[in-house]
Amino acid sequence: MDSFQSKIVPVGTLLAILVVAWYAFAVVLNGPFQRDLDRRAGETPGQLEFLMRTWSQPKPTLPAPHQVAQNFYKSTFTVKPWSNRSLIYHAWVTLSSTFVGFAFGAALGILIAVGIVHFASLDRSLMPWIITSQTIPILAIAPMVVVVFASIGITGLFPKALISTYLSFFPVAVGMVKGLRSPEVMHLDLMRTYNATRPQVFWKLRVPASLPFLFASMKVAVAASLVGAIVAELPTGAVAGIGAKLLNGAYYSQTIDIWAALVAGSLVAVMLVALVGLAGRITDYAMGGRPA
Amino acid sequence: MRASLPWQIALALLAVVTGGVLQLATAPGGGPGNVWPALGLVALAAAGTLTMGGRPVAQAVLLFIGAHGAAWLLLSGVAGHEGQAGASFYLALSGAWLLAWRCVTVLSMLKPASPNEKRLLGLIIPLIFGAWVLILWEAIVRGAGIPFLLLPPPSAIAERIGVSTAVLAADFRQTVLKAVLAGYIIGCGAGFIAAIAADRFVFLRRGLLPIGNMAAALPIIGVAPIMVMWFGFDWPSKAAVVVIMTFFPMLVNTVVGLSASGHMERDLMRTYASGYWPTLFKLRLPAAMPFIFNALKINSTLALIGAIVAEFFGTPVVGMGFRISTEVGRMNIDMVWAEIAVAALAGTLFYGVVALVERAVTFWHPSIRGG
Repeated sequence: MDSFQSKIVPVGTLLAILVVAWYAFAVVLNGPFQRDLDRRAGETPGQLEFLMRTWSQPKPTLPAPHQVAQNFYKSTFTVKPWSNRSLIYHAWVTLSSTFVGFAFGAALGILIAVGIVHFASLDRSLMPWIITSQTIPILAIAPMVVVVFASIGITGLFPKALISTYLSFFPVAVGMVKGLRSPEVMHLDLMRTYNATRPQVFWKLRVPASLPFLFASMKVAVAASLVGAIVAELPTGAVAGIGAKLLNGAYYSQTIDIWAALVAGSLVAVMLVALVGLAGRITDYAMGGRPA
Repeated sequence: MRASLPWQIALALLAVVTGGVLQLATAPGGGPGNVWPALGLVALAAAGTLTMGGRPVAQAVLLFIGAHGAAWLLLSGVAGHEGQAGASFYLALSGAWLLAWRCVTVLSMLKPASPNEKRLLGLIIPLIFGAWVLILWEAIVRGAGIPFLLLPPPSAIAERIGVSTAVLAADFRQTVLKAVLAGYIIGCGAGFIAAIAADRFVFLRRGLLPIGNMAAALPIIGVAPIMVMWFGFDWPSKAAVVVIMTFFPMLVNTVVGLSASGHMERDLMRTYASGYWPTLFKLRLPAAMPFIFNALKINSTLALIGAIVAEFFGTPVVGMGFRISTEVGRMNIDMVWAEIAVAALAGTLFYGVVALVERAVTFWHPSIRGG
């Protein structure tokens, strides 16, 4: 009951206010065009009729929530999942490169972190660049990577996954360095008194201590990976994927399609983060962590 | 004093010997020039360091000269022989690279006493690493003759930056000075005000915080096409994307930061009979500053990304994102790299300025006082 009082009620109220505001904005933004339409058609609809019409334009400036929901439902559940019109198909295309990129990115990030923790020279020379690279708008190279690979005949999953890899390895590397260094001096000293070798210290102390950091940074990385995959789909000439769906919608002013694709992308993002969170909790439980 | 042979030096000497043998086997005049002088320089420097065991600074200087002199010789020798580099060229290059690695290792082991020397060292080591990324890139791209379309060498990119400064400056003005700055200021300001409101009203905070946390995971960049439709092709639509992207990190971080002040301090303010606003301005906002600057730093990168990606969806004929997407289409890859270099520089500078302001504002914080 406590979480109901302190969380669900406020969030629900805010979301309800958001939906009402959305409808109001839809009227404000679609109103001028609708008035124009009515005037040309020589109609003078009543107040209520006018409202309904602003909420049901085929290409509105701001589609009403129910229009987005309808479009989302239609293109998710009523068409075949493998057809070009299905959001599931497009989400799957984006997801597959997200997954591949994320897997490689996480592996690379962990490797780099292990190197940094074990070699002082790597720490001193590489770490400042990793931090600097966080300040660089990496996504800007996405179109170039895709087009350059296409020019030598490599298209499809690989270039997109490469961008996802690039985006997702930074958070993992930084988080893992922090995690592998998180054991306290006391624990390291204890390992010394056991005469533990370096690999033993690594596997029995550093790795378990780093896991919470790993999962926290993987949550950030998987979201970044999805953004990378979506942006990488923009310059491919809009073939398939959430990004392609966005670009197509922008070209043909299919605003409802854009919003539906956005909803799909957001759902995928929430799902991915939840999956990583779940994996983290299962790992924690398997290692003997119990909720306090 | 342990008389030992560091493995980088051993490998470098091995590379020199094999490289020399292979170079003897190649026909004179074929392949890049200057391989012999480079090999000699690497061998001299490597052998030289072995004789000066106890003097790490002298070792580092010698290694530095050896590595970069050899690299310079190799790079100047490759001109006119693009794509003809043989194994001896790469062996000489890797020999020089191993010397540089040894140099960094020696420098990392130094324990300078004065803070100025420490800072200098903290600057030199990453600079050597960065220089070697460029050297290897240049040498491999030109030595192996990788097509210009695939990956232009850094020298060509630098040349392109020099030639098209005017275009790059116009793009920089359009994207960074107009879209990014406007969006950043509005977005961070709105996030800050929303955070104060959320702090004032508990109900609002409980509702906004989960939504804000969730928004961090969402691909917000996807609203770009919608903003372009609403606000037109020019910079206001890009600024709008930046506003949306920067709002939530600022909101979440400020709300968290406002609860960072300790109970003791807040109790002290109560005993002074200080009201909500004086407490906010005199205690809680200063205490929240590290968190607020954290958000400002995150947002500096997000803002650039947002503006550049939003330009992929339609712009007037100027702007960094526009230039990148059109020059990619025209296969002017060196121009794209030049634009990316400018973007990287802009991002780093932006971040650096925020970090400097942070040092000035949160001078009291342990992380800055101690460093």
